[in-house]
Amino acid sequence: MQRHLISAADLTRDDAVLILDTAEEMARVADRPIKKLPTLRGRTIVNLFFEDSTRTRISFEAAEKRLSADVINFSAKGSSVSKGESLKDTAQTLEAMGVDAVVIRHGASGAPYRLANSGWIDAAVINAGDGTHQHPTQALLDAFTMRRRLIGRDAGLGQDLSGKRITVVGDVLHSRVARSNVDLLHTLGAEVTLVAPPTLVPVGVDSWPCAVSYDLDSTLPKSDAVMMLRVQRERMNAAFFPTEREYSRRYGLDGDRMARLPEHAIVMHPGPMVRGMEITAEVADSGRCTAVEQVANGVSIRMAVLYLLLGGNEPAVTHSRTEEK
Amino acid sequence: MSKILIRGAKVLGGAPQDVLIDGETVAEVGTGLSADGAEVVEAGGKVLLPGLVDLHTHLREPGREDSETVLTGTRAAASGGYTAVFAMANTFPVADTAGVVEQVWRLGQEHGYCDVQPIGAVTVGLEGRKLAELGAMHESAAGVTVFSDDGKCVDDAVIMRRALEYVKAFGGVVAQHAQEPRLTEGAQMNEGVVSAELGLGGWPAVAEESVIARDVLLADHVGSRVHICHLSTAGSVEIVRWAKSRGIQVTAEVTPHHLLLTDELVRTYNPVYKVNPPLRTERDVLALREALADGTIDIVATDHAPHPHEDKDCEWAAAAMGMVGLETALSVVQETMVDTGLLDWAGVADRMSFKPARIGQATGHGRPVSAGEPANLTLVDTEYRGRVDPAGFASRSRNTPYEGRELPGRVTHTWLRGKATLVDGKLT
Repeated sequence: MQRHLISAADLTRDDAVLILDTAEEMARVADRPIKKLPTLRGRTIVNLFFEDSTRTRISFEAAEKRLSADVINFSAKGSSVSKGESLKDTAQTLEAMGVDAVVIRHGASGAPYRLANSGWIDAAVINAGDGTHQHPTQALLDAFTMRRRLIGRDAGLGQDLSGKRITVVGDVLHSRVARSNVDLLHTLGAEVTLVAPPTLVPVGVDSWPCAVSYDLDSTLPKSDAVMMLRVQRERMNAAFFPTEREYSRRYGLDGDRMARLPEHAIVMHPGPMVRGMEITAEVADSGRCTAVEQVANGVSIRMAVLYLLLGGNEPAVTHSRTEEK
Repeated sequence: MSKILIRGAKVLGGAPQDVLIDGETVAEVGTGLSADGAEVVEAGGKVLLPGLVDLHTHLREPGREDSETVLTGTRAAASGGYTAVFAMANTFPVADTAGVVEQVWRLGQEHGYCDVQPIGAVTVGLEGRKLAELGAMHESAAGVTVFSDDGKCVDDAVIMRRALEYVKAFGGVVAQHAQEPRLTEGAQMNEGVVSAELGLGGWPAVAEESVIARDVLLADHVGSRVHICHLSTAGSVEIVRWAKSRGIQVTAEVTPHHLLLTDELVRTYNPVYKVNPPLRTERDVLALREALADGTIDIVATDHAPHPHEDKDCEWAAAAMGMVGLETALSVVQETMVDTGLLDWAGVADRMSFKPARIGQATGHGRPVSAGEPANLTLVDTEYRGRVDPAGFASRSRNTPYEGRELPGRVTHTWLRGKATLVDGKLT
């Protein structure tokens, strides 16, 4: 494992499988009456959020607290950042307070990379989503969810996603989730197909390790999982598609379309869902939709990442009962 | 002013000769010239070029003296072998009146390191709506002949047409920063394979090419000449080549960084590589070199764009666009054009002195190295190789993309009308 987690593309197959396996161990902690491990006791982690993201922040916070880390939450709103303090100064200020790791969410693509590689700070950097670039822990929790559902909780241990057919639908152009998933799923041996109107696929996508289709209906029967990405209504104002209704008709997932999926296939969504746009309530609330499960899995994945980056060589989970008193 | 004998210099890369400077002019060029009464500079096989002329410099004064001033910028120019620079109009206040251009021009004269020829804004405040008083700037002491809204594109076709027509009255030229604004909203880097991966907003080649295509057709229609700033794509080269073949009066410049660097460097997210127009692909770089060699692109211009450290020591999206270039331009041209066999030193003199002086009508600059001509000269040690160290720059800013890179060539002496501004690599 590297010292930082900036991009899903930085992970080898073995790194990724190790994270998924570790996350399964972490998940067991959640089933205990006291959901806490002493692993990161005395370590300080700052959640440095320059962009609003309640769900990702609380997911990291829950993971950090379950590992007994000291947690500092820093949100840019109402802070000195809004008064013009730079990313560099903010990071250095936090490091001066003795931070061991920085979990950063930033609206600018590459901000976590800069933080990790500019010599500004020594702390480990974990990317919690940067601009339209990467969101590696999201891709990991998605892969974790797929492995559990498509292979099995125990049967999946040590396994990658070889041969699984994953379809990602929606605003690929503006999506860090799509980029991270393409990278990680490819590393894990899955076959990825992106489905979107041509306006929402980046120029240069030809070099990505995936297929691209403009037709959802023909792709669904060949999918083991379909991941619906959020599509912001405002995109239609920049002529990415004509109207919300036309988008839904062509690329939204409703009950009829869901019926085209193979029996075993799952429907995923990274949230927040725009019901009625890319996904209907019928699909979102169905037993095939893993959106809520993905949130739960997110905590396990983030525990695994933090443990592997910061925990050193001690075993993550000891099975003696003394830890749980 | 006394006499100076430059002994054994390869004039424009030719056989070694002696060049005698008397006062402000070149008195004699030949072999075995007498050193009698003259200070001798042993050239020892270095290459002597006419003083370089930069048609595209940002001196930042007035308004952004924290990044550069006319003094520091002209010292940087002298260090890089330049004897004349054209100062872009995007200052604060904008150089859109006779008063501002005269001030910049006078500062250049006072400091004496390098002639400063101000460029006037095409439109008031660079806003693209109303023509600035182009005639007044031309008639001012600064004698402006080049007009540009550089930094912004004159995107309104009617305003561009009128500007092209209007400056014909006094032989001016409009230098266009070709960038279709709607196609480049939120643009952060070249649009292509790398931008798709990095998730940075794309600046598509077509945003440059479509404006160049329009402007050469406009220039043709109204019988004006147009100059294209910092041309950066293979497609732009094709359009300019086509226009020239049709006899359209178009000239074009390329920056040193577009001759050497590609968008692969953006993978570092280091804003030192953030520039407008953006770094393009290897294919573009090779097309630009070929076009500069065959004359489709007329000149090299630096687009020297100083920025304070804090504007580059940040995340990519927050960073300013631009690179300093005056002190590395000749080295990059040697690396990309001379050492590759695409141009000889006479070709370099043509692209970096003769032609830019002609396009900008810089009197006394871009002249042959021969008796009776103004002694604007540059001596270059072409055998030198060394790593770029921004700490040694004369520019106030350090935002170079070449830090630590090994480049060939070093300017050792610069003379502005017979007065040494650089001696043994040190400013006077």
